[in-house]
Amino acid sequence: MKIKRNTILTIGAIAVFYGLLIAADNFLNTYWLRILNLCAVFTIFSVTFNLIFGYTGQFSLGHAGFAAIGAYVGALLTLSSAQKQANFFLQPIAPFLANLEVPFLPTLIIAGLLAAIIGSLVAWPALRLRGDYLAIATLGFSEIIRIFLVNLQPLTNGAMGLKGIPEYTNLYWSWGAAIVTIFVVKRLIDSSYGRAMKAIRDDEVAAEALGVNLFKHKIMAFAVSAFFIGVAGALFANLISTIDPKVFLFTLTYQIVGITVMGGMGSITGSAVAASLYTIFLELLRPIESQFNIGSLVIPGIPGMRMVIFSLLLLFVILFYRKGLFGQKEFSWDWLIGFLSRKNRKKSNQALISDEAAEKEQKS
Amino acid sequence: MTLELFLQHLANGISLGSLYALIAIGYTMVYGILRLINFAHGDVVMLGAYAAFYGAALFMLPWYIAFPLAIIITAAVGVIIERVAYKPLREYPRINLFTAAVAVSFLIENLGIVIFGGRPFAFTRPAFMDVNLSIGKTSIISYTIIIIITATILFAILLYLVNKTKAGMAMRALSKDIETTGLVGVNTDRIIMFTFALGSALAAAGGILWAVKFPQINPLMGVMPGLKAFIAAVLGGIGNIPGAMIGGFLLGITEILIVAFLPNLSGYRDAFAFAILILLLLFRPNGIMGEVQAEKV
Repeated sequence: MKIKRNTILTIGAIAVFYGLLIAADNFLNTYWLRILNLCAVFTIFSVTFNLIFGYTGQFSLGHAGFAAIGAYVGALLTLSSAQKQANFFLQPIAPFLANLEVPFLPTLIIAGLLAAIIGSLVAWPALRLRGDYLAIATLGFSEIIRIFLVNLQPLTNGAMGLKGIPEYTNLYWSWGAAIVTIFVVKRLIDSSYGRAMKAIRDDEVAAEALGVNLFKHKIMAFAVSAFFIGVAGALFANLISTIDPKVFLFTLTYQIVGITVMGGMGSITGSAVAASLYTIFLELLRPIESQFNIGSLVIPGIPGMRMVIFSLLLLFVILFYRKGLFGQKEFSWDWLIGFLSRKNRKKSNQALISDEAAEKEQKS
Repeated sequence: MTLELFLQHLANGISLGSLYALIAIGYTMVYGILRLINFAHGDVVMLGAYAAFYGAALFMLPWYIAFPLAIIITAAVGVIIERVAYKPLREYPRINLFTAAVAVSFLIENLGIVIFGGRPFAFTRPAFMDVNLSIGKTSIISYTIIIIITATILFAILLYLVNKTKAGMAMRALSKDIETTGLVGVNTDRIIMFTFALGSALAAAGGILWAVKFPQINPLMGVMPGLKAFIAAVLGGIGNIPGAMIGGFLLGITEILIVAFLPNLSGYRDAFAFAILILLLLFRPNGIMGEVQAEKV
């Protein structure tokens, strides 16, 4: 009965959200649409990082690399053959890619699958390591992927990157993917697999002693995360329409870590809220930066003052709200209904009291 | 490849390696005590180079005043970073400390862009560092030798400090067990500050010498050396000072020689460093010197 009510509420909320998306899509200008799309992409990045680190406790710094794979797959499968020829003027494109053009949905899925496959291949050896060593190894893999993207000229056009990627990503794709990601991750962590993952996070040795298959669960978390990171990467490429390997430096991973910590380790709600706040906040700060640049020579494209403010804010959150915005708490219908009914009860209590007072007054 | 050319590459590799080693020591000392991968360390390297640059270019100081002054300033900045960002988080989960390091790194880089400007500056070497030395057919520019000699002197001073002084002994004790060391009367806060000062000073020296070797400085110049030095620290066994030195030299020499012998793979130069790192982690997870547990600081 209760489960049913929550399901109905969830479906209702998604319907309302969908309505909002339609409204946003119709009434907002392209600038704000782009920001809202970016919110969704960063939500996926952050939620997946939370799955690997917040829930499974594996400190992986490979996000940028997996996102790069997704982005390049997304770009190469959607670019028209004419655009490809225009892009690859230095060295011709690999022949099997030259005329390949795939619709957007299969592209997203292929991007995700490839990222998941490579993610699992990376995880296979790396998961023998623990803690900081895992972080170092995954960071290394991520950088190796990036260096290969720079050097595999016929496949990726090297350091020049790819331009003119069709802008297929819209609110329905990006937020659709974000909702699917949140749904899958939430179902996963509430399942028996998820409980095993949390057990691994809390104490690996104890979990193993209780019969949890460490390797299986870790690699599952890795593969699921990598899949959605790949999808988000493809969405990202088809949103900003130009990509180059520099975008996927390990600093991207650091940003994702920062967002997730700000939201709260082990809270999907926190990840989603923090990712959106981060994206919107950075955009709102843009005027400060352009004002600041007047007369000085700041290379365009490298954020200066905005990132100063962001890093100060991040430092502030870590120093004073050590658990992040949400800690390990999640939004749930039970909580909301409990919260509302408590409020109502207070109101009705007050009403009762005032009624009694009125009665007393009447009696006297 | 002729012997002369090989020697030239080797000297080049050793000088690059000594730079990696100088920077790697800071990573390794901090990790040894706080178990923190101090990702802001690479940016401290950048600050050292800029301090020296401004001392020499703006205040017209001669190099023998500007360079030591830059090292002192950078050491002070290192201590401030520890006080403000890391000290309050010492008792909390390590992800918080790590994120604080990331935040500090972002902050320094972007403050650098805001204050110094994103445009690279040309770093002028003191004249005596730019002399062409030729021994037989091998020709080496004097800064290559000067880097190696300076680094060696600094290593000797560091090893003396760590092994022969009371503060060094306290550092070594701290890396074994912070709490117990505090209980026997060591002022742990002061020793951690000392560690950061020492590490940042070496990073500044590394940054200045880096600018001497590659005379173009920009606010993001510390990122790659920082990452490489970090790899060097892990190669040698993180937390181990002689290990960091060995790791640094090994990485520097390997990198230069791989590019020298296989020039068409030079684009993959950075990937080699990571590949070596990952292979080593898989077969010797604690690094070259890790198992010995000789001096963990």
